[in-house]
Amino acid sequence: MRRALTIAASLLALASAAPATAQDVAITNATVATGDGSEPVEGATVIVRGGKIVAAGTGIAVPAGMQVLDGSDTWVTPGIFATVTSLGLWDVGAVSESNDTRAGDSPFSAALDVAPVVNPSSQHILVHRSAGITRAATVTLPASSIFGGQGAMIDLGADPNAVTRPRAFQVVALGEYGGRLAGGSRAATHTLLRNALREAGSYGDDARIPGRSTRGEIRTGDDMPIDPRMTGRDTDRADDVLLTRFDAAALVPVLRGEQPLYVYVERASDIRSTLALTREFPNLDLVLVGASEGWLVASEIAAANVPVIADGLDDLPQNFEELGSTQSNIGRMVKAGVRVAINAAAMENPRNLNQYAGNLVALTRIPGADGLSWGQAFAAISSVPAAISGMGGKAGVLAPGATGDLVIWDGDPLEVGSVPVKVFIDGIEQPLDSHQSRLRERYRDLDLSDLPKAYDW
Amino acid sequence: MTKYALLACAAAFAMAGCTTTGDDGDTASVSSKDWDAPVGADGNAPFPSTYRPYPGRPTALVGATVYDGRGKRIDNGTVLFRDGKVAAIGDASLSTEGYDVVDGGGKFVTPGVIDIHSHLGDYPTPSVEAHSDGNEATSPMTPEVWAEHSVWPQDPGFTRALANGGVTSLQILPGSANLTGGRSVTLKNVSARTVQGMKFPGAPYGMKMACGENPKRVYGGKGRMPSTRMGNFAVNRQMWLDAQAYDGKKRDLGKETLKGVLDGEILVHNHCYRADEMALVMDMAKEMGYKVTAFHHAVEAYKIGDLLRENDVCSAIWADWYGFKMEAYDGILENAAFLQREGACVVIHSDDVNGIQRLNQEAAKAQAAGRRVGVDIPDAEVVGWFTYNAAKAMGIGEMTGSLEPGKMADVVLWNGDPLSVYSRPEKVWVDGALMFDATDRKRRPVSDFELGQPGEGDVK
Repeated sequence: MRRALTIAASLLALASAAPATAQDVAITNATVATGDGSEPVEGATVIVRGGKIVAAGTGIAVPAGMQVLDGSDTWVTPGIFATVTSLGLWDVGAVSESNDTRAGDSPFSAALDVAPVVNPSSQHILVHRSAGITRAATVTLPASSIFGGQGAMIDLGADPNAVTRPRAFQVVALGEYGGRLAGGSRAATHTLLRNALREAGSYGDDARIPGRSTRGEIRTGDDMPIDPRMTGRDTDRADDVLLTRFDAAALVPVLRGEQPLYVYVERASDIRSTLALTREFPNLDLVLVGASEGWLVASEIAAANVPVIADGLDDLPQNFEELGSTQSNIGRMVKAGVRVAINAAAMENPRNLNQYAGNLVALTRIPGADGLSWGQAFAAISSVPAAISGMGGKAGVLAPGATGDLVIWDGDPLEVGSVPVKVFIDGIEQPLDSHQSRLRERYRDLDLSDLPKAYDW
Repeated sequence: MTKYALLACAAAFAMAGCTTTGDDGDTASVSSKDWDAPVGADGNAPFPSTYRPYPGRPTALVGATVYDGRGKRIDNGTVLFRDGKVAAIGDASLSTEGYDVVDGGGKFVTPGVIDIHSHLGDYPTPSVEAHSDGNEATSPMTPEVWAEHSVWPQDPGFTRALANGGVTSLQILPGSANLTGGRSVTLKNVSARTVQGMKFPGAPYGMKMACGENPKRVYGGKGRMPSTRMGNFAVNRQMWLDAQAYDGKKRDLGKETLKGVLDGEILVHNHCYRADEMALVMDMAKEMGYKVTAFHHAVEAYKIGDLLRENDVCSAIWADWYGFKMEAYDGILENAAFLQREGACVVIHSDDVNGIQRLNQEAAKAQAAGRRVGVDIPDAEVVGWFTYNAAKAMGIGEMTGSLEPGKMADVVLWNGDPLSVYSRPEKVWVDGALMFDATDRKRRPVSDFELGQPGEGDVK
């Protein structure tokens, strides 16, 4: 009990020590990885002022009067950027009433918008903040239709405002999963997707949304004409529509390329079919998610300049669309010039991102395998996902002008077991406690001699 | 596979966190007392192992850091094996004459990795419905089913566990839909045409049991008992009373398994998350006269480390899984370390086709969490969490799980510290036969299923 009381007191002190305003601070003598793909540098300095990164590297003078933290024996990195996640959307996975990740019985799909329902107090946000993740993309999953809805960009700060950018992207499932949702065949996904985008185009006209797109020429890219019945703009919403008005409206910015479309797809041939969509819908801003067979079509993905949020370590034929999966997938795509982030959804929890990145480094020592350098691997969980998320240069990187998201680690952040000792978001030092840390403190011993454990808090 | 599928699985059936195993100690073969396992008309135990070690060369691993699996570390160590057995382990003064010498400078040697909780083969990939053979979810008690009858030896997952995880032995359990799920089977991780060709010779059987949410959800959902935790216990206790009355005169497959448990020949591996439920199960075992060898998943084991130690029950756990179901809500990173602090037995398990490839990393995560709260566990002991402790709890600790003279030469040469994310198996021997070599493109098993497919023989 005595120990518990001491701990409780220190926790209070810790909580009060975390100010709610941005600190101006310099961290010196640390091993610094800037997140831009470069290798870590020892004995470096990071300066944060007014909630922004001012400088990071060696040979940097600390401004007079600035608070200095000695970073000896620590590593400093930008906060990890997790994409794609469901952070803030659920409490317990199998407790359906606490789980907002799927709306299978909803009449809506593309129109779903997570922005109003992200819970900044979710234990998963607390747990992942303490694991060094400072920002994330979060979204509902396709359930009632191939469209999953509109995802948001969030920060994991201990404040009420998690959503930094609502309706940041749309999700669609093609491949096996999408095929089941669409009615039982991949063919149905493609028809459904095309129909939906046509309806969105028509909706744009009907609704006279300001700034509506001017429709481009229908391109086929080869001598295969597109079925003219599916290219017309004269879709009559009155008697031949599949989408609700809201769903059609939600897809207007996708059609215009104003909102990225995250396509869940695994098989090489499905990736090719996805890339080919831009021949018909030239403004689509595609992002591939999953892409377990991406290495088989890496040059085509690179040529299309489409980024990938790839499953990091899948190496089994989990289903028939992942027969070619290998842990070398990301390394091979990066080698081919593809921008690749590690998919936070393809692991037990997003807090495993750094472990997955470390495993990709391990592959560089395996004959025949393709991995990433340390700097590339860290970029795949920081600057690359940030850039895919529309925050290039602003998050996931320690560069002048970037947001003051940084993590001080007790060791190499890609090594298993390393954890943050301090986390800053927008220059504000964050509390690192959670349900888990409170359980940890309660059960530091099993001493019941004075009172039940319920009094240890 | 992306998380949408995983979440769907968790919500629908929680197949992932479903099975548990454990065993009670060094007893590889348990005393048969007055009851012997029934044999077939040919006088043999049914479905006998046909596994035979493959040929190997007398091999000396020299210059490596050696962890023996039982808490000993030898720097610049030497490990000798021949004829499938460990011949000697020691420092650089050991003579290597007559052995092929493998330079392990800068590398590490451990016993083969052992996963006490796997569904490879009975939930194989591709994970299509036609392959879903892990839960006989038609009755809450199915002690009569044997996991080996569901194992598909061509599951590519076995090969990944070997090449990326250094796994040389593993226990395949039925799932956790049922209170009593059936017999487990322990396998050598050596590719074979038949499951008999993988069965670990002399390994005792285990029996899978499950507490908590899964059985009551599966059967409550069907409008039948059990639909509550109290229903779980009622069904279990009546099952044991009925088993006690079994006289063995007329063969009964389920009763034969339960009798084997009551006689200590079959080891109980009990899927259970919550501390309070584990305590109830241990009391039920006392009432009915059997022993729980290990609680599997056991995310709240840290709350009752003292009870688990006193009852000599292992906890087979993940490092960091939490929150996917209500009974996993209180998972913490310090679970293993707090158990170790109390002197209770820790095993790191996977229950997962991906996790089985990284048991060493999971152990390292759990170790680091302990270090941060002042529970310092030496690397050599942590290696035991995924080698010897697992073997002990599977009843094969006398045969494998540590590098000791006379034991099976199940050995991994790692290209670096096995508790680092940057290390991988470089060579893996099973019974002294080289079954994986990262430096030899062809020394890697490829399942029938993967022949002619994209990436056949790839590094994976």
